[in-house]
Amino acid sequence: MTEVEPGTWTNIADAVAAICLLAGAFLTFAAGVGAVRFPSLLARMHAVTKPQVLGLVLLLLGLSLRVRSWSAVAMLALVVAFQLMTAPVGAHLVSRAGFRTGKVDESELRPNEMEPEDGHGG
Amino acid sequence: MVVVVVVAIGMVVVAALLALVRVEKGPSMLDRALGLDLLTASLVGAIAIEAAWHRRTETIPILVALSLVGFVGSVVISRFVAREPEGDEQVSSPEEVAAQARASDVMRTEQGHGGTAAAEAPDEQDEQDGGRTAGRGWRS
Repeated sequence: MTEVEPGTWTNIADAVAAICLLAGAFLTFAAGVGAVRFPSLLARMHAVTKPQVLGLVLLLLGLSLRVRSWSAVAMLALVVAFQLMTAPVGAHLVSRAGFRTGKVDESELRPNEMEPEDGHGG
Repeated sequence: MVVVVVVAIGMVVVAALLALVRVEKGPSMLDRALGLDLLTASLVGAIAIEAAWHRRTETIPILVALSLVGFVGSVVISRFVAREPEGDEQVSSPEEVAAQARASDVMRTEQGHGGTAAAEAPDEQDEQDGGRTAGRGWRS
């Protein structure tokens, strides 16, 4: 798939790609550790959402630096866009459902922006 | 590059296993949804690393599809999650289900709970707790 003549720049791109792959895999690993170790639902939601998305973005950046073809880069940008759009929505829905079904300790929320007094609760 | 790929794949596989541990432990359906989210993400990561290793681009559409499917799963679970009865957080093992069925209801055991006890267990729980769960409802 390499459309560029091999040379210094392709070596640099491969090296940067290797670094991105390692960093992305490490962040995915960190998300897994957080998902198992963290004590509450919201903490696990945080661990699964934020480091995992950044790790995935880094992995896809490494992949695009490695394949070096514009059509692949366009599709990988689509994947990144989907992740950036859907991860906050999914995390919000999970934490809201957890709050409404009483799985969140409300004394830990400061400020508690979903207090029942406002009549809507988000 | 080989070392990088092996190390990266190893970390992603460990992340997937940890996600499986979370799916097994629960304690609620939402935690399982999070675990499955992470499992899908690590699958996407593993496919990306493999594609980077072989410089192949034909597996990239799989990444597009998977990144959307994982989202739909967690959204559906969190939309239809209900309050779970106390003690119902863990999925029972077949032996536990069989013991429960023997102890609680002779009629049900007569209808046959042999090898498919584990598969039928959630339905049974729903029948028993349906009224209570619906009665509590969601806040607001």
